[in-house]
Amino acid sequence: MSAREPLIVQREVKPLDFLAAGETASEFKELLKSLGIPTDICRRASIVTYEAEMNTVIHGGGGVMSLRLEDDAIIIVAEDQGPGIADLEKAMQEGYSTAPDFVREMGFGAGMGLPNIKKYSDKLEIDTRVGEGTTLRAYIFIKGQREE
Amino acid sequence: MFLSEILGLLEAEKVGKSEHLSVEIGCAFASDLMSDVLALASPGSLLITGLTNIQIVRTASMLDMPGVVFVRGKRPAKETVELADKMGLPIILTNKTMFETCGILYAAGIKSCFCPKRSGQ
Repeated sequence: MSAREPLIVQREVKPLDFLAAGETASEFKELLKSLGIPTDICRRASIVTYEAEMNTVIHGGGGVMSLRLEDDAIIIVAEDQGPGIADLEKAMQEGYSTAPDFVREMGFGAGMGLPNIKKYSDKLEIDTRVGEGTTLRAYIFIKGQREE
Repeated sequence: MFLSEILGLLEAEKVGKSEHLSVEIGCAFASDLMSDVLALASPGSLLITGLTNIQIVRTASMLDMPGVVFVRGKRPAKETVELADKMGLPIILTNKTMFETCGILYAAGIKSCFCPKRSGQ
């Protein structure tokens, strides 16, 4: 397969907008599907995007989500100027959460977001500074051939 | 088993358009915790939940789930139904509890999802 220009899509995510939350993940999933990316890869990318989007909506004060499609990888980036993650090691543990009760009542905020993102991606980078914000980069490698 | 048969077994009603009731259901996952659904449910399984907010529809769609059962007679908000209709996701609503719903479906041959072991255990 010849190298091609990566496809990049960016979407703004609003803080605490739980009606719109997940729209970006749905859109990215449909886009990847329409490009012939294998179903399991689309699903993993959508779950990663969805959990990262929820984090941005809940904790990040909103931000920007982006999808970058390269020949051999999908890269999901969530960037916010929120409060940052004070203890990243703890945040990566299942069950650790700082989410408020109203988020838990919706079925989220159980401390599974970042562990889920790690589980469904092949490589995860998180750059976070308290008081400045967080940038999360999740890579999903496309091992199979794209159906064209 | 078809979702239309499950509708009868659970004495459930359709919510919104709920077309595609002829979809075949093999396994199911029951939870009120969407992050656990995302972490553990097998793609293509039926979602059984007592939560009815719009994010339930999002969660089901991320995992390519063929349908959702709302238990305990909880009615969804308008936007939940609208999004489900838009995505072509059937929702059925039963007055039965989650426990009873699971029991009925299990006895009728619906299997559990394959649940991967949690990390760190």
